[in-house]
Amino acid sequence: MKDLSRHINMRWLKPPIFLACLLPLAHLVWMGFHGELGANPVEYITHSTGTWALVGLCVTLSMTPLRRILKQNWLIRFRRMFGLFAFFYACLHFTTWVWIYSGFDVHAMIDDVYKRPFITMGFTAFVLMIPLALTSTSGMIRRLGGRRWNLLHRLIYVSACAGVIHYLWLVKSDKTIPLRFAAVVTVLLGYRVIHYALERRQQAAAAKRSSRESVYSA
Amino acid sequence: MLIKKPSDIPYSEVTPKSVYMNRRTFLAGVAAATGAATLGARSVSDWLEPRSVLADETKLGPLAKSPFSTTEPQTPLKDVSTYNNYYEFGTDKSDPARNATKFVTTPWSVTVEGEVNKPRKFDLEELRKLAPLEERIYRHRCVEAWSIVVPWIGYSFSALTNEVDPKPTAKFVAFQSYYDVKQMPLGPRAGIELPYVEGLRLDEAMNPLALLTFGMFGETLPNQDGAPVRMVLPWKYGFKSVKSLVRIRFVKDMPPTTWNIANAHEYGFYSNVNPQVDHPRWTQASERRLDGSFFGKRIKTLMFNGYGDQVASLYNGMDLRKNY
Repeated sequence: MKDLSRHINMRWLKPPIFLACLLPLAHLVWMGFHGELGANPVEYITHSTGTWALVGLCVTLSMTPLRRILKQNWLIRFRRMFGLFAFFYACLHFTTWVWIYSGFDVHAMIDDVYKRPFITMGFTAFVLMIPLALTSTSGMIRRLGGRRWNLLHRLIYVSACAGVIHYLWLVKSDKTIPLRFAAVVTVLLGYRVIHYALERRQQAAAAKRSSRESVYSA
Repeated sequence: MLIKKPSDIPYSEVTPKSVYMNRRTFLAGVAAATGAATLGARSVSDWLEPRSVLADETKLGPLAKSPFSTTEPQTPLKDVSTYNNYYEFGTDKSDPARNATKFVTTPWSVTVEGEVNKPRKFDLEELRKLAPLEERIYRHRCVEAWSIVVPWIGYSFSALTNEVDPKPTAKFVAFQSYYDVKQMPLGPRAGIELPYVEGLRLDEAMNPLALLTFGMFGETLPNQDGAPVRMVLPWKYGFKSVKSLVRIRFVKDMPPTTWNIANAHEYGFYSNVNPQVDHPRWTQASERRLDGSFFGKRIKTLMFNGYGDQVASLYNGMDLRKNY
């Protein structure tokens, strides 16, 4: 498949996609002003922002597979934006818990993180995203160097898994939706495992081939 | 001369590259489609379907006032009828109001049987006329740590018990809710075994607070709130208050209860509101009171939901941490 950026300047896609990422928040605010958040708006907002954070993580994680499979390198420009939006919705989710749900009751929150496994998972998923957000700039990529930056940003894999487990552990009976997210994350991370294994095999095969050839060409 | 051994053949030549590449594209497509479907599932469907309409309810009256009523602000009817845990009609809070509109509640009968001298099958009308209807404004506390204040309409369950005359062998009361896959197609996905069953100790059922309930807010019950007849047990977590009653059986032994079957570690037989005994996954020390204000209010949970004066004596000497 030909690289589409030969025909379209992908930079023009950024503003509309940025706005699209803000739509879930805009929708929430609109519903809030129209009394459409139901009887328990705290629960609705918490659920919604958490779901969008997970969706954001999945979209971010799908950039590299799509880029490689469809051969569209320009997709990599959008990875950072999607990742930061995932963090943005995670921040809203976390803030809702700290401010509206817990009323800044620090004792209750520490209790929750310490005693309730699903909150421990959620807290972990969120905290791991912070260094990733802080090092998302080009300046930071330069400061850390490509290798270290890539290593650090593998934390998103842990964050995505912790986020799914957080969701799975909080539902009471019907686990359908958390399991769907689990399936998506499994596929997205599974792709990387397969890709890595295949690359290693190709490298090993190539190394064997070249070493054999050098023997015969001597 | 190169002697090729099978292991020397590169992987990419074993499987045709196009097939290999297409398989990953397919997987990526599945992932994207699933993600999009999950992404879209809730909010888009909310947008496409109009807000649920409250079915026409009939007025109930005259209603006697009760000393058991609270004077706290009531939760608006709109909230009580659109925020429901009635998994037979879907597991989202907004599902029952949307999905129970066609639920048929007439004709309706409730069978009372078991260890009683006068077992009987009651018509809904007969059952409603058994005792004078009262308005009971109760606090209703969900195990999920939110609560509402609802003006229920009914009479003490003890009036029905006296009518059927339980034998000395009756120690517990078992309740069964309506279940029919044709009317409740989402039932199989509820994640709990149906029909929904619950139970009480006989003395708990005889407590005047236990309300055989026929209405709320001056009218008959909306479908999503458990029409046409249900129990309301204000000192216990809401899931003990069975909706859409069809069968009441007086029994010798402690009967099975649906949430205990689903997860015995989290939901016990008694399930009395108790701020000192946490649910394994969240605290029960406080709750969010949905009083119609935008976010509601976080308040401390009271022992027995504040009904200790009427019910604490039922549990004298019992370890309520063990008997959660």
